[in-house]
Amino acid sequence: MLVPLSWLAEHVKIPHGTTPESIAEAFVQVGFEVEAVHITGADIEGSLVVGRVLEIEELEGHKKPIRFVTLDCGEGKERGVICGARNFEKNDLVVVAMPGSILPGDFKIASRMTYDRLSDGMICSMRELGLGDDHSGIVVLPEGSAQVGDDAREALQASDIIFDIAINPDRGYALSIRGLARELAGSLRTTFSDPVERIRSLELETKRSVPPTQVKIDDGAERIYLRSVVDVRAHAQTPLYIRRRIEKSGMRSISAAVDVTNYVMLELGQPIHAFDRSKIAGTLVVRKASPSETLKTLDGTERKLVAENLVIADDQKVLALAGTMGGENSEVSEATVEIAIEAAHFEPIAVAKNARSQNLSTEASRRFERYVDPNLAEIASKRAVELLLEITGGSYIGSSDAGAGVNDVEIEVKASAINSLIGCDYSISEIEEAFHLVGCKVVGKGEEKGELLKVTPPSWRPDLRRNSDFAEEVARIHSYDRIPLTLPFARASGKPSDVLTLRQRRRRSVTAFLASRGFSETQNYPFSSDEFIKQLGFTGDRAKTFRLANPLSDEFPVLRTHILQSLLPTAARNINRGNNGVAIFEIGSVFRAIDGVASTEILTTGKRPDQKSISDLFASVPTQPMMIAGVIAGSVELAGWWGKGRQGDWSDAISFAMEIVELCGSSGEVRRSDFAPWHPGRCAEIRVGERAVAHAGELHPRVVELLGLPERSVAFAVLLDALAQSPVIHPGELSTMPPAIQDVALVVDGDVSAESVRLALIEGAGELLESIELFDRYDKVGEGKISLAFTLTFRAPDRTLTVEEVNEFRLKATELAKERTGAQLRS
Amino acid sequence: MKAEIDGAQIEATQALTLAGDLESLKLARISHLGDRSTIARISQSLGSLDPSLKAPIGKALGEARNQLNELFEKRLAELTLKRDQEVIESERVDVTLPLRRTPKGGIHPLTLIDQEIADIFIGLGYRVMEGPELEAAWLNFDALNIPADHPARTMQDTFFLEPLESNLVLRTHTSPTQIRTMLTQEPPIYVICPGRTFRSDELDATHTPVFSQVEGLVVDQGISMADLKGTLDYFAKKIFGDEVVSRLRPSYFPFTEPSAEVDIFFNGRWIEWGGCGMVNPNVLETCGIDTEKYSGFAFGMGLERTLMVRHQVADIRAIVEGDVRFSRKFGMGGR
Repeated sequence: MLVPLSWLAEHVKIPHGTTPESIAEAFVQVGFEVEAVHITGADIEGSLVVGRVLEIEELEGHKKPIRFVTLDCGEGKERGVICGARNFEKNDLVVVAMPGSILPGDFKIASRMTYDRLSDGMICSMRELGLGDDHSGIVVLPEGSAQVGDDAREALQASDIIFDIAINPDRGYALSIRGLARELAGSLRTTFSDPVERIRSLELETKRSVPPTQVKIDDGAERIYLRSVVDVRAHAQTPLYIRRRIEKSGMRSISAAVDVTNYVMLELGQPIHAFDRSKIAGTLVVRKASPSETLKTLDGTERKLVAENLVIADDQKVLALAGTMGGENSEVSEATVEIAIEAAHFEPIAVAKNARSQNLSTEASRRFERYVDPNLAEIASKRAVELLLEITGGSYIGSSDAGAGVNDVEIEVKASAINSLIGCDYSISEIEEAFHLVGCKVVGKGEEKGELLKVTPPSWRPDLRRNSDFAEEVARIHSYDRIPLTLPFARASGKPSDVLTLRQRRRRSVTAFLASRGFSETQNYPFSSDEFIKQLGFTGDRAKTFRLANPLSDEFPVLRTHILQSLLPTAARNINRGNNGVAIFEIGSVFRAIDGVASTEILTTGKRPDQKSISDLFASVPTQPMMIAGVIAGSVELAGWWGKGRQGDWSDAISFAMEIVELCGSSGEVRRSDFAPWHPGRCAEIRVGERAVAHAGELHPRVVELLGLPERSVAFAVLLDALAQSPVIHPGELSTMPPAIQDVALVVDGDVSAESVRLALIEGAGELLESIELFDRYDKVGEGKISLAFTLTFRAPDRTLTVEEVNEFRLKATELAKERTGAQLRS
Repeated sequence: MKAEIDGAQIEATQALTLAGDLESLKLARISHLGDRSTIARISQSLGSLDPSLKAPIGKALGEARNQLNELFEKRLAELTLKRDQEVIESERVDVTLPLRRTPKGGIHPLTLIDQEIADIFIGLGYRVMEGPELEAAWLNFDALNIPADHPARTMQDTFFLEPLESNLVLRTHTSPTQIRTMLTQEPPIYVICPGRTFRSDELDATHTPVFSQVEGLVVDQGISMADLKGTLDYFAKKIFGDEVVSRLRPSYFPFTEPSAEVDIFFNGRWIEWGGCGMVNPNVLETCGIDTEKYSGFAFGMGLERTLMVRHQVADIRAIVEGDVRFSRKFGMGGR
């Protein structure tokens, strides 16, 4: 909210010598963030005067219409100025920058020949003066607001300091001069004069010539006040001071009636609407809309109303979207002679729904959503009528109201509880002082050594109900800087736990492992598209996506079901940027709508829901397993003075996946697989027990091409959450007997996996087999066969093995390999 | 005979001394001290000598032999050292050659700072809690005192799941993990809740729709705002350095009362770092915590913002785009 200091100063006694910075700091201290401080008028130099238009000569034959204007600037002689604007007439009062003056942006004004005339100064717009955004025409001052020859800076109240203040949602009352003045006065510990005091005692003179329009509430409002005025001259000009204050507050001057409503809203925080009373048929009512109704609002939009919309209607039609925007059918125009001024307290949620369902956030709706004091409607509507009568003339014929304001509540606040929550020792008088400064009344003191205070919060502070609410007021009024610093350590918890969970430890070790092996970690957005997921070849459960209702882009409307869906595009981006040796990984959550999209309950609040509801709620949130995936699109060994490098290939991918499984304390078994997005002939599945926990290998050539990755790029993925905690390891005794080493070379069909042969050899060799290594693989045996050569190392715990024994083990091993895989001993 | 011994000794001394390498030393030893040397011959003839000569000649011979053996050992040591030095010299390599054969990798700085923060708080006795990114709306909003249609809900631009009736959202903060913790554990509770969070902001230099947070939650007897202030000041000094000053400023969050923004004075200016406050009693009550007995504080910071401030990263896109050059700069554990 933009607030001019000149307006605040009407209600806050600003101590002499207070700087704009110290005022901003005073706001910040009590919780109002000052986003900017604008100093206006200071950058206008030289003579800026009020002039009267004596003659207007239209100059023809130019690209745009141009006027030569003869002015009286109070110099005792006429002055001619060229002007491109057209929003003024003979006899209007305008603002003239004299030659030699300098406008904001170092805009120097000089006498010069233009359009074959001597232009001896400039007639200014608000924007040229740096006082507003309006550049639709030049400034025309209301008659009577200034004299010819006056300093126009004074007339325009150009010199000011405007604070741009962010108002938090719990402080609706502070969206007003009244609210902010109170806060500033409280922070500066200076006098605050409440504008409401004067208005409260103001008596409006009522002329009962005709009965005032009646009002009632059906729904959605606690309070409404309607005041009727007749015989107005709606075309009257808004006084300059009101117009300037509205403009300084970031709004535009529109017409006398609208300016009055906006002015009162800015002054007091109560949004007000002015209806053309002659357009109201019968009684005004606040009610819910019926779905067939429509309303053309003042922004010119024809709106279809929905059942949750709260409206103001008469006997025949909807007139306004309550608390949000009025309708064209009852708009005050220049011809209007009767006005009904409405001020209400609408339910915040009802207005929020109006604003949301109609996608229409206004100055009024922002205030109503944040709570408008129900006791303010009567006062603010009175203030609006006062101003309206002053400007437009006319007669007040009385009011109608419905609902009721709020009554005072009395709350017991314990000083010791405030002190223990804040961790600070405020005295009773300091606490009372804070309460007074924010508008509370301390109505009594309790028994307990005066520490129990009975407090009545003001009607605009429905948020002050509990001890912690009052504690905040005390702490902020006495500055958070006063709170001391203490550092608590965790006391022994009722529930002991590991320092890091298994998942957290794994995450750390796997991350360090891959980074040390040349991978760069990335963290990618978990968004994808069904089309991309399909292009990568994911099917079945692995393609069941969760869909966002409001994605940022139609390109990424679903959540990833696999890390590679977001990692592969990142690999491609790196390649496109010319980065070398791209090896990247990500650890993150994946989302699979395997059981569809379950609904989660909205439980009650205020007390703990029952245990079953909590358990059901937790269970209804989909599990989101943690997966790690890596892509290698470049070297795993670099070239250098030592020789050639080596590109990562399918075997590296599988090896990394295996090492990750081992790093997590599991031992995996590699099987052939045919799984997207991998190359069907170069993909491995790693199983731990019966469960597939990882896939790895070369990416499918189609995927590589789709993403523009280097040929034969590879990838792996490990479902970390699928790996159980490692079983306890039993290392056994280390035998000191000598090993017996046997080599076997076996010939198998080309489609037999080395792993199946290895497993058969292990099983056949018996328990004295200590280790087995594949040391050679030869695929040029002929007839599509391959040769696999293994070294088998045997060792007994208690004796040296004999040649006969070892030959026997070897024979059993090769026989089982033959039985299982058709392996023949190579001759 | 004595003269003969002297002569042989002189010759042998000369030969051993002059031998320039191990091979010639070995040959000199064989010819002057070996079985066919003059000294060996005299030694063999010692038995046939006149007994009166035996002792003096034997003594001279023994002395000569000892002296020569000593010389040999000395020369052997010298020449071995010489040979070793020559071999080692010839094997000298340039150890300054580029050596790295595996490409350089790197841990993402978000991970590094996440670990750093976890370790800071583990040191204070906290535990690290994690929760799901796709979360129940009740846990993300209602339980945190953010009712439907409250203006505070629109403060956080939320990603909703289809269908809307599922009441599933991408969590807008890690606070639902705080609620999960309070619903499943009894106080005292000292936890941090790090993780990825989501808000529907377009990506630009300072905003990203997916970002990381760390939140802290303490619920215990007698916990005060002074505890919150002290904890955040300690945290700020650990992350930004001991010279950093922190302050609290009044603010508003539905889930805390009183609420505050925490600022740090870093590199000559005040920087908004995060939000915090005393846990709103409504939130504690929803979680079944006795507000007569317990109070608590909570805080939350953006990790991207923390990194940007500390490491002077001007554009948040460097953090989120996954360019390998970025992570590589942080290596295995730089800060």
